[in-house]
Amino acid sequence: MRKLLRFLKPYRIEACLGPFFKMLEALFELFIPLVVADIIDVGIATGDSIYIIKRCVIMVLLGVIGLLCSVTAQYFSAKAAVGMTTGIRHALFAHIGKLSHTNTDRFGTATLLSRTTTDVNQIGTTVNLVLRLFLRSPFIVFGAMIMAFTVSPKAALTFTVTIPALSVVIFGIMLISIPLFRRVQAKLDRVLGLTRENLSGARVVRAFVRENESVQEFTAANSELTRLQRFTGRFSALLNPLTYVIINLSILAIVYLGGVQVNIGNLETGDVIALYNYMSQILVELIKLANFIILITKACACATRVNEILETPEGMKKSDILEPKKQAPKSGKVEFKNVSLSYHKNSDNALSDISFTAPDGSTVGIIGGTGSGKSSLVNLIPRFYDVTSGSVLIDNTDVRTYTDTNTLRNTIGIVPQKAELFAGTIRENLLMGNEFADNDAIFEALRVAQALNIVEQKEDRLDHVIEQGGRNLSGGQRQRLTIARALVRRPKILILDDSASALDLATDAALRHALTELPYHPTTFIVSQRAASVMHADLILVLEDGELIDQGTHKELLSRCAIYREIYDSQFKNEGGDRA
Amino acid sequence: MSKSKTRAPRGTLRRVLSYLRGYRLYLILSLILALSSVALTLLLPVLIGNIIDCIVGKNDVNFDTVTQIIAQSAIVIAATALFQWLMNVCNNKMAFGIARNIRNDAFRHLQKVPFSYLDSHKTGDIVSRLITDVDQFSDGLLLGLTQLFSGILTIVGTIAFMLWIHPGITLVVVLITPVSLFVAAFIARRTYRMFKLQSEIRGKQTALMEEAIGSHDVVAAFSQEDKMLERFDDLNGKLQKASLQATFFSSLTNPSTRFVNSLVYTGVALTGALSIASSGGVSLTVGGLSAFLAYANQYAKPFNEISGVVTEFQSALACAARIFEVLDSDVEKSDISEAKILSSPAGAVAFKEVSFAYSPDRPLIQNMNLTVAPGERVAIVGPTGCGKTTVINLLMRFYDVDAGAILIDGTDIRDMTRESLRRSLGMVLQDTWLKSGSIRDNIAFGKPNATDEEITAAAKAAHAHSFIKRLPQGYETILGEDGGLLSQGQKQLLCIARLMLSPPPMLILDEATSSIDTRTELRIQKAFSTLMQGRTTFVVAHRLSTVQEADTILVMKDGNVIEQGNHKTLLAKDGFYAELYRSQFEIVTK
Repeated sequence: MRKLLRFLKPYRIEACLGPFFKMLEALFELFIPLVVADIIDVGIATGDSIYIIKRCVIMVLLGVIGLLCSVTAQYFSAKAAVGMTTGIRHALFAHIGKLSHTNTDRFGTATLLSRTTTDVNQIGTTVNLVLRLFLRSPFIVFGAMIMAFTVSPKAALTFTVTIPALSVVIFGIMLISIPLFRRVQAKLDRVLGLTRENLSGARVVRAFVRENESVQEFTAANSELTRLQRFTGRFSALLNPLTYVIINLSILAIVYLGGVQVNIGNLETGDVIALYNYMSQILVELIKLANFIILITKACACATRVNEILETPEGMKKSDILEPKKQAPKSGKVEFKNVSLSYHKNSDNALSDISFTAPDGSTVGIIGGTGSGKSSLVNLIPRFYDVTSGSVLIDNTDVRTYTDTNTLRNTIGIVPQKAELFAGTIRENLLMGNEFADNDAIFEALRVAQALNIVEQKEDRLDHVIEQGGRNLSGGQRQRLTIARALVRRPKILILDDSASALDLATDAALRHALTELPYHPTTFIVSQRAASVMHADLILVLEDGELIDQGTHKELLSRCAIYREIYDSQFKNEGGDRA
Repeated sequence: MSKSKTRAPRGTLRRVLSYLRGYRLYLILSLILALSSVALTLLLPVLIGNIIDCIVGKNDVNFDTVTQIIAQSAIVIAATALFQWLMNVCNNKMAFGIARNIRNDAFRHLQKVPFSYLDSHKTGDIVSRLITDVDQFSDGLLLGLTQLFSGILTIVGTIAFMLWIHPGITLVVVLITPVSLFVAAFIARRTYRMFKLQSEIRGKQTALMEEAIGSHDVVAAFSQEDKMLERFDDLNGKLQKASLQATFFSSLTNPSTRFVNSLVYTGVALTGALSIASSGGVSLTVGGLSAFLAYANQYAKPFNEISGVVTEFQSALACAARIFEVLDSDVEKSDISEAKILSSPAGAVAFKEVSFAYSPDRPLIQNMNLTVAPGERVAIVGPTGCGKTTVINLLMRFYDVDAGAILIDGTDIRDMTRESLRRSLGMVLQDTWLKSGSIRDNIAFGKPNATDEEITAAAKAAHAHSFIKRLPQGYETILGEDGGLLSQGQKQLLCIARLMLSPPPMLILDEATSSIDTRTELRIQKAFSTLMQGRTTFVVAHRLSTVQEADTILVMKDGNVIEQGNHKTLLAKDGFYAELYRSQFEIVTK
């Protein structure tokens, strides 16, 4: 929580004024019992009706001033709390944008979303309450004690026992129940996980006829949750009865001690009632405080979760080597020099010692098994990750020397493995690649990507609205549109990361043919598992376990690279003599 | 928060009550405890007032009576606390128990809903109904049980006690208090629109985030971070304004009602003091006034609480209604009463004039016919969206045909139990799904009592053994939700191993090998061909090389089987298949 307080800084004046006015309100509230004591001891004792009425007017005035103070306090608190959450949300969203792929994958979309929304809202609500109550409650508790001392120091000694006893009870119960609440949350997460899993795997579960076992597993987890909830509930429910007992026993004590003082003649009856009222005030505030501490513990958990994201280091360091370069690369020449990459400090290399040169305008095929490092390799080109050692050069310049990764990325067209589109029209999606593209560029891209017919099928053509995530398109249509999106910017380097997997072979072939005829000749990287997709490339890289086993043309590799031959044969073994 | 403002439909409350029925005893006990603790709470100010009346002045304090009443009070206090706690325990038991029962019912229900329901509802939505809504419901119920009844009792009891002490002053209290309710209602009405605006903006913001985060790669690749942030900040600014209004105006409720309460308090002090002064302590004593002042405080509190509880309870009911919606969805038609049990079928599959559509206005499969002899291998090919996966949905009876019939060994699959049908069909789907748990559990998914040897054997046959062995905990490695850190290929290998453990007589492979590298695929194909010996197999794939050996090839387009035959006959036919095939062949020779 403390780490998030920096977001409150811009609102520090409001954050101070809020509690201040709240304290003023409390101060006026503390005078009420004294006024009542006066009414009893002076007004009633002397039977002076005018005096009683005057005192009551004072009480109403105190109430009005209190109301004004507290309205002011509410305004400042709300402003500070809302401002703070706005800041946190901005920081979170901006930070998430900069996280590395590894980290966004680790958190998952749902988690990132719920932390930016639910958790931040909870923090806002709590901060608002804290500003309003946190100073007020202790102020009333101690203020009431001090006022009690001014009435009768001897009787007020009770307070010195009551308040510590209450603190012990409240904080004791809190300290024990906070970890319990956390455990309840963990159990709830488990139940949630099982539900989600069961739904997403419904086909498999039913295909294997495992419905009953799923129900059993769910019921068990659910019962465990309920058991823990009940236990935690029983324990935290002790709070109110215990504070009730302590406060009321104290009231009995204070009335008795007050009585002793009255008997000696040190005190009047009205004073005893004032003491009694002060004790009651404390009770009301403590109940508020207790409920409120539960809220704070929840908010702290939220804050921890939010912080976890904010403290995840950004994916990319700003360039700290060589002299920075501002202008975009002029050619699409790509060179890898002894590149190694490991995603985590202690994990194995995803890529080891890769070196190759792709001349401007050439086509490079990358082939290899699952986990062989194909995607890792192409992800280094737009600098999605930084190399662990070695260097990646574009147009003979180390990619890390571009001051702004965007100038680098703007010259690269990427078609990722997963075909993702955004809610909006087809045109808006395509213009992501280059917002200044004209219709010619758009249609050229659509034609090459074999996506013309998608647009032509739609009544409103380029203005056809795509739903969130592209739900209203088939997988193949999405993939072709993502290819078009990359082509709209007429990139110097084009990366197709296994992007033809959802295309049938005819479309795949037509696409590759069209790519070779692009007038601006981008350096093209084709990542694939199909030999057919890469065999016509100028240079084929064969990867296995992160190592570059061999590189060369189709012919060269067939004759000397066993692994390449094996891949090729597995796909073309029935074609016997067609290896030419 | 914008707790959905929609009111729960009629009948929701009745259903909630029907869940309460199992806890009847606890409910009654809880009500008795609430009644007793409220009565005792209200008695205490009277007792303390009596003590104060014993304290009159110097050398005029009756300590005998004081000690006596203090002893009584102590017992009352202890009993109140005990009853309060026991009431909470009862309410806990009910609220959490009901939540558990509803969740279990909903989960059980979800095992029986047809796929048309699962495919048309977002997983996240159903999950949030089962988790968040039930949670909010049980919170609301708990609060309602704890505070609603005792709140009402406190109000009624306080009025009774006040009338007993002094009817005149009671009138003052009863008259002024409703003002605070009016104030609260007034503010709530005024802020409703602000809250609605706030939740609308929040919704937009969430949708934007969902996109930006979900498609993180693309956003980065196209340098859209700044633009996204700009759009986000725009909404964020609007949200800040709307939230400030909503938060500030709604937070006026507390000070306003507190002010009204202080008016009540003053009213009591005024009328009480005047009446003591004028009657000389006959109609009201000072102790009585002190009790009155305590009541005036207590009396107003439940009013504020109750209005809070009522809204809370209403949103709890709205949550309950959302859960009942899930529970009320239709279930799959149950197996017919004389359903046969399909046991070790030979594997003859026939489609007879099968028609099917997901929605009536978009016909998909029409009059499809197909005959597969036992042990044959059927390959289904065609462009995306041609209806290949639909065939699987029908075979597994995830969906039922609209017209015609699918026969296995001559029996309509609707005349056999779903369980026996599905046990006879092994399936590897395009979407690899693994459950959270150990790798071992996942392989043993279809046969939980499998021995370690069987599991290792299955993993070896699926070529998964070598990578599993290299994992830190081997077969005991715990996978997170959706396979956790495994690569797509590894996940698929596990799905295959899961099937290898107890291979059923018929197989359905849906692009099972599409993202496994070709070298591994080659090995898997070898394992599969042994597995497929004597088993009827349906293979859905884009790759022609994997289907060339099939006995029958179904070429599908737009939901229809347009060509049917084996590789040679189809090539000779020179139709759509030949075209597909040539497009590959052309690449090879070019």
